[in-house]
Amino acid sequence: MATPLRLAALLLVLVAAFASAARADLVVSRADRKVDLTSHIVRVLTSLKVENAGSEPVSKVLLAFPNIQAKNLAAIRAFGTEGKVKGLSSVLPIEVVEPSGVPPELTFFSASLHKPLQKGKILHLDVLTVFTHFLQPFPEEITQADSQLVVFQDSSHYLSPYPVKVQTLSIRLPGGRVESYTKYGNTKLVDSELKYGPYEDVPPFSYNPIIVHFENNNPFAVAKELIREIEISHWGNVQITEHYNIVHGGARLKGEFSRLDYQSRPYARGVSSFRHLIARLPARAHSIYYRDEIGNISTSHLWSDSKKTQLEIEPRFPLFGGWQTTFTIGYGLPLQDFVFSADGKRFLNITFGSPMEEILIEKLIVKVVLPEGSKDIDVSAPFPTNQWQEVKYSHLDIAGRPVLVLEKPDVIPEHNLHFQVYYKFNNISLLIEPMMLITGFFLLFVACIAYMHTDMSISKNSPSYLAKLQWDEVQATVQQIQGIFHQCLAVHDKLETSLHDLSRTGDAKSCKAARKAADAQFKELAKELKPLLLSVQSSPQSYQIWPKLDDLVAKERELQDKLMARHATVVDSVEKKQRGQDIENRISSQQQKIAALRQEVESLLEYLSEI
Amino acid sequence: PRPAPRADETLAQIPPPRPPMAAAASTMLESLPAPLLRALRLKTKQQELLLRVSALALIYVLAFAVRLFSVLRYESMIHEFDPYFNYRTTLYLTEHGYSEFWNWFDHESWYPLGRVVGGTLFPGLMVTAALLHRLLRALSLAVHIREVCVLTAPFFAANTTLVAYAFGREIWDSGAGLVAAALIAVCPGYISRSVAGSYDNEGVAIFALLLTFYLFVRAVNTGSLAWSLAAAFGYFYMVSAWGGYVFIINLLPLYVLVLLVTGRYSQRLYVAYNCTYVLGMLLGMQIRFVGFQHVQSGEHMAAMGVFFLLQVFFFLDWVKYMLNDVKLFKSFLRITLTCVISVGTLALGIGTASGYISPWTGRFYSLLDPTYAKDHIPIIASVSEHQPTAWSSFMFDFHILLFLFPAGLYFCFKRLSDATIFIVMYGLTSMYFAGVMVRLILVAAPAVCLISAIAVSATIKNLTTLIRSKSKSPQTTGKTTGSKAAAKGAVDQPLPFQHNVAVALLLGAFYLLSRYAIHCTWVTSEAYSSPSIVLSARGHNGGRVIFDDYREAYYWLRQNTPTDAKIMSWWDYGYQITAMGNRTVIVDNNTWNNTHIATVGRAMSSYEDEAYEIMQSLDVNYVLVVFGGVTGYSSDDINKFLWMVRIGGGVFPVIKEPDYLVNGEYRVDKGASPKMLNCLMYKLCYYRFGELTTEYGKPPGYDRVRGVEIGNKDIKLEYLEEAFTTSNWIVRIYKVKPPKNRS
Repeated sequence: MATPLRLAALLLVLVAAFASAARADLVVSRADRKVDLTSHIVRVLTSLKVENAGSEPVSKVLLAFPNIQAKNLAAIRAFGTEGKVKGLSSVLPIEVVEPSGVPPELTFFSASLHKPLQKGKILHLDVLTVFTHFLQPFPEEITQADSQLVVFQDSSHYLSPYPVKVQTLSIRLPGGRVESYTKYGNTKLVDSELKYGPYEDVPPFSYNPIIVHFENNNPFAVAKELIREIEISHWGNVQITEHYNIVHGGARLKGEFSRLDYQSRPYARGVSSFRHLIARLPARAHSIYYRDEIGNISTSHLWSDSKKTQLEIEPRFPLFGGWQTTFTIGYGLPLQDFVFSADGKRFLNITFGSPMEEILIEKLIVKVVLPEGSKDIDVSAPFPTNQWQEVKYSHLDIAGRPVLVLEKPDVIPEHNLHFQVYYKFNNISLLIEPMMLITGFFLLFVACIAYMHTDMSISKNSPSYLAKLQWDEVQATVQQIQGIFHQCLAVHDKLETSLHDLSRTGDAKSCKAARKAADAQFKELAKELKPLLLSVQSSPQSYQIWPKLDDLVAKERELQDKLMARHATVVDSVEKKQRGQDIENRISSQQQKIAALRQEVESLLEYLSEI
Repeated sequence: PRPAPRADETLAQIPPPRPPMAAAASTMLESLPAPLLRALRLKTKQQELLLRVSALALIYVLAFAVRLFSVLRYESMIHEFDPYFNYRTTLYLTEHGYSEFWNWFDHESWYPLGRVVGGTLFPGLMVTAALLHRLLRALSLAVHIREVCVLTAPFFAANTTLVAYAFGREIWDSGAGLVAAALIAVCPGYISRSVAGSYDNEGVAIFALLLTFYLFVRAVNTGSLAWSLAAAFGYFYMVSAWGGYVFIINLLPLYVLVLLVTGRYSQRLYVAYNCTYVLGMLLGMQIRFVGFQHVQSGEHMAAMGVFFLLQVFFFLDWVKYMLNDVKLFKSFLRITLTCVISVGTLALGIGTASGYISPWTGRFYSLLDPTYAKDHIPIIASVSEHQPTAWSSFMFDFHILLFLFPAGLYFCFKRLSDATIFIVMYGLTSMYFAGVMVRLILVAAPAVCLISAIAVSATIKNLTTLIRSKSKSPQTTGKTTGSKAAAKGAVDQPLPFQHNVAVALLLGAFYLLSRYAIHCTWVTSEAYSSPSIVLSARGHNGGRVIFDDYREAYYWLRQNTPTDAKIMSWWDYGYQITAMGNRTVIVDNNTWNNTHIATVGRAMSSYEDEAYEIMQSLDVNYVLVVFGGVTGYSSDDINKFLWMVRIGGGVFPVIKEPDYLVNGEYRVDKGASPKMLNCLMYKLCYYRFGELTTEYGKPPGYDRVRGVEIGNKDIKLEYLEEAFTTSNWIVRIYKVKPPKNRS
């Protein structure tokens, strides 16, 4: 608390020294400051009415902050309009400057005007400044039952290099107890709003320290580090993975944490803690997960409507002051909502910051993982960031995916703006990975086939190897023999059908022709069979099969004869116009034999095929 | 029989020789180009092969898929206690490489002693998972090591089915092999240790065990050096994976001995055993944790004795052949045997006396004598999975296999061969061990499945041949039937309803098997797929309530305690705290130092001030206890407390079990003994519990596990303070206050 006082003293000494350096031709005719202390991120909106009292046009307006504030300054934006009445304001570019002769305790920003402010003209300037780590918990350690008290320090006078004619300061407090505040002449506290001023005709660099000590139990959620990984897949998905390391940045818990107290009176015992965080995800977010290093966390709720998806996540334990936790949330977004193409290039257009509400991120790293084969990567961000490129290897990557990394310290919800990553990507590259898989499997199968068909034995003339070769040969021949027998059986069937036809049409002639044809076929098949049988017989490996084969040949021959005989009998009888009953009687004994033979032949064939 | 011909028609009665369906099919076939069809039509053998391969493939997938219940119901996470250590070491192995892992001194456990991890674990599982991970990475599949660890057990279980198939084919036939594969794929006794996430040594060890046995039986059957070598490598893998390799190194010599006694000695056996034993022993010595135990420990001496016995046997055989004289040989035999026995006994005696050969360990004794551990080593007796098996858990884990097992033994004895003798011995010994310890049901499961598969396969085969021959018999009643059919017919004659009975029995068998499948699925989904670290219960409205308190507490430790904090808890939670909480523990599940555990037990069962001194001497910063009184979670520290007292009292006689009991009864209510009501464990569990109403209509401080109102509601802590309690009070963590300033 000594620092601002000392600073004030120093300033007073120095005012005279650089009053001249501050170009006193600008005059702030009115300054209204509104400080919002409801959350742990302090937002100050300063409305200035700047008048050019000098003779020369002025193109820059200087804004001064003490260093202790400037180092906590997360964002500063200025909007300016010229003229008597406030009209449409435009954003003014802001940069850090170091005017000559200024004390080192101050940091200066200069807002450049779009066109110089002419003599006597008035500029309305709205400056939004957002500070982090501005509220200091006091006391620094509290028990579970205490509520959190914080200290806010500032000046009741607007610190400006220009004289200020009229000014006010209003501070919005979160609404709890106010322990103390610095009282000056016109200070009043109405309904959690603390007002200082109006003060009139304050000289430049006037610093009048104030201290507000008040209760603030809003979640002091600070992400020590957040790594956001945005992975684009042109198969239709933008996958976002966010790794949080969250700490409660408020007053540290001292003494016991009693679950009993916390459960029975959560608002009285544990008021300074927070147990959940809310993330507002884009409307069409899907496949949302929430986990940490040791697994899934089952305490989360999700609501979604057409405008947004709201995810309420509850860390594994409530966060008291000084407690921390890490977790990861991930979700998928439809590609067409975030990736567009223009001028032969594609670009990703997505928000920069975290979807969490009122969270301060001390270090944000955004990694944009582009698909493999992306080229000409380019980024446009609304604020300066550290940038570099990496390569990430994921499933089936060969060259790796280019990763564009953006790093920014002290990110607040105000930084949640869209940024663009431009890149070139050919759709053909999409097919590389499936093709690789297909080729891989194809090669695997080819290798299998090749392995099955190659001879891997080492010694080519060992007896067992030779025996195996011979056995293969025998098997091949037996297979051929089987084929022939099947043909024979087919011819048998043809004979049967011809008999059927005969019974239907009575055409004995065609029936005879069929028999003749069958006879010829049988002969032909027998001719084919002969060398095969010989070769099997001669092979030393056929001792097991040969008897069966022999048996088969004999049985089949018998079957052939019986069939032919029956065929002949039937055709004969039909020609002699005998009665069905008689024919039946004549062939019935043959019929049985044929059926039995046929069965045996078939079972023999089956046996052979099982070898 | 053909229908009687009718008079008014001509010729139409010629009956087609084949049933009409087949004829229709054949005519249809004929209309197509014949050669093409012939090429496409599979031969019976090919059909059988196709069926077999597809059945095996389905079984493989089934074995993998049935183990994924826990992943689907919960998440892809590591289960239970020991797997967390395995996961942690695997993580270390993948991050730091093999030599670092080999030389790893873990200072996060057994504070202040530490643990030489590389030298005190079986690295098989971790190396397997790390290699799988590396392989997948090499195929450029970016999987996390956790996924590999979670799925290692199901993957190996699926591989086990293939081994079971091969083994079944080796000892019986391919049908039995298929049935064995199917049975083991879903056998609850095996699933209990191999669901996804149960990343424990047993997951790969059962595969290695069965593989070793299969390769050895194969080696004995073929007498081939190559198979023996393969068996030795299988054994090596088993040694690297699990301490249960002792079972192999004792079963193989026993088997050889039985073969020798029954006069089944053969050259094949000689080759197989010698090669497997010598190479397996040398390979096994490469595992640091096992070291020279193969030649120095009493548990391994049987194998060595049988090895020498085989040499003597072979030598005698040779001498007998050379001498060719019965009398001479008999005297020679007498001399040799006396020499050998005296030398052997002398060597063993000297070895044991000089301490070169270590005596049997307590664990080994407790297997042979189930009452041993209870009397001598409370730390072994205290482990729930070391309890003797109840009948119900046999029924639960084996279901119909329990009845099929004796039937299978009958079939094995009916067709005795080297291979069936092996499986019978494996089955009987492992069944005995399964009776001694619950966890060894796992070892018995493959044997039971194989033997039952023989029973199922043989029975069904018999029944189907009966049905087939019966259905064929009307056509084959002719005189020309083969001798085989005639013989069968002769047997068939005296049983009139054989066909129907066979069909009924077959249906019964299918009913039983389907009941088995249903039972297995049910058991897997209900009993064995819970990660035990996330608890779930049914809420009032039927929805599922999840108690994730363990992880809540471990994560709190990980995030909100100093990185060098030392946590004291009962040893059960040691592995989880180091793996999930990433903090140093005093004792963990590797219960190698009984005194250290007893010290913790003593601290837990002392008064607070005494305990404080012990905790100060151990540098303890936090104490973690598990308490189920709010939720009704029964395996909490109060229910385990008597074991802490026993183990503590075993080393420090100050702690006496009767002090904590009232008339031999363990109670926590008003009637409890004063020592109980004021010991550290009681205080930590019930601190401020007396103010909490747990159940409607019950007084505050009603313990839902014990079902009583606690006896000491006004607990004040002097040296500790509550640091964290999880949302359902299951885990409570206390901070040890620093010593007060001396005044």
